[in-house]
Amino acid sequence: MSFESELRQGRFTVGECEKCHKTSWPPSEFCSNCFGNLKYRPVKEPGILLECSSKDGTIFGIVKFEDSIKIIGTINGNVEQKPGQMMRVASCDFDKSPKFTFTKS
Amino acid sequence: MNVAIAGYSTTKFTLGQPSIENLLVSATKELFQNTKNLSQKDIDAVLVSTNNNKKYLAPILSELTGITPKIAQSIENMCNSGANSIVSGYSYIASEMADIVLVVGAEQAENSAQVLDWDVSRGEFTHPIFWGTMFTKAHKRKFGTTEEELAYVSALNHKNAQDNPAAYNTKAYTIEDIMNSKRLTEDLKLLDCSRSCSGSSAVLLVSENLAKKYTDSPVFISGIGQKTTSASFTKNDLTRLDSTIDAANQAYSMARIKADQVDVAEVHDAFSICELMILEDLGLVSKGNAGKLVLELYKTNDKKINPRGGLIGSGHPLGATGIAQIAEIASQLQGMSAKRQVKNAKIGLVQNMSAAATSSTVLVMRN
Ligand SMILES: [Zn+2]
Repeated sequence: MSFESELRQGRFTVGECEKCHKTSWPPSEFCSNCFGNLKYRPVKEPGILLECSSKDGTIFGIVKFEDSIKIIGTINGNVEQKPGQMMRVASCDFDKSPKFTFTKS
Repeated sequence: MNVAIAGYSTTKFTLGQPSIENLLVSATKELFQNTKNLSQKDIDAVLVSTNNNKKYLAPILSELTGITPKIAQSIENMCNSGANSIVSGYSYIASEMADIVLVVGAEQAENSAQVLDWDVSRGEFTHPIFWGTMFTKAHKRKFGTTEEELAYVSALNHKNAQDNPAAYNTKAYTIEDIMNSKRLTEDLKLLDCSRSCSGSSAVLLVSENLAKKYTDSPVFISGIGQKTTSASFTKNDLTRLDSTIDAANQAYSMARIKADQVDVAEVHDAFSICELMILEDLGLVSKGNAGKLVLELYKTNDKKINPRGGLIGSGHPLGATGIAQIAEIASQLQGMSAKRQVKNAKIGLVQNMSAAATSSTVLVMRN
């Protein structure tokens, strides 16, 4: 079980250390704090929108989940949102890179 | 042991596709032509700065130029490879493992090796324009930075590049040209962006006691700062370049200077917003006010910032950029920059960074 294989199943997960219980982001094989083994578990939602912009009519933004998990994805419905807006994951997948769509929570 | 710059060269940047070996040899040949008394047998180390995927380029360059150095190796660190290589060369001399180090940077315009494909936190938005646009939007939101202020960054760099014979593009652009250039994202236009190109640049580092053999006016590296905060763009605060702030503080402290003593600087304007953030984070202007500073530099024809035209004006051959920045500041401190010359420049600064400023290098130089 890994970030990528879970994402292919539409599940957004993060590695949590079995030893020190810290989460490691970006995804990795071992804990970046103590090198302990990671167990992948669902990321807690909602997250918070930090910033957004658009290209050719597609709005995208950086969303922060929990304390440190930040990722860029598309904003659902192409409705511009203000930073500070709570967001959740509408869909996610992996095809060469992670693909996220966020929606207003 | 103090470390001096005793020679340098920068080849003409182009959108052509010469071989990486040709680019490396051309800069080396020009450096030998520019530097008195330099012989191949003097060189203890050859360092190659590039993101090119070709292997073993430092020994290849050495062989093609008749050098048989003790140390020969490549250094790759994305856009910051150039300044990183200079710091490595400095360290060899400061530690007395070498007396004379040749550092050569080169990149080819069309080269898939320039792309950082590791950063999954960018999701499917992997191209640098996406971090450029996020930085721009956040700066506009927090400090009220306007599109016109950003356009002046591009105008200033393109104007300065007109007097730089190595620049890939010496065309004049008006504010209107820039404001009306193709919109790539909501917050970035084509002329807000630096362009990847082919080019090469070389610097000869020597120990202080040998400097006068090769040049009448050596330039010294008096301050060095480097910082890596992460490799993921999204770890950044969006309105501040933490790695640059840290590297600048280290460099100022080592050189025993304050930001306001800097006479001339080359900074890493990958996008127009980067130049504003860098000027603020180097402490050359207070936070949120770099737009006003750039406007004033433009209107008064002041070449203090990016006299060679920065990355936006000169072009951005990744592995060569940091070396070309250092070559420019060395030339400024020698009073050899012709139409680009900043009068009486005594203290110079170079800021080079990688991958959305997840790492930065700041050098202070003096004559
Ligand atoms: Zn741990």
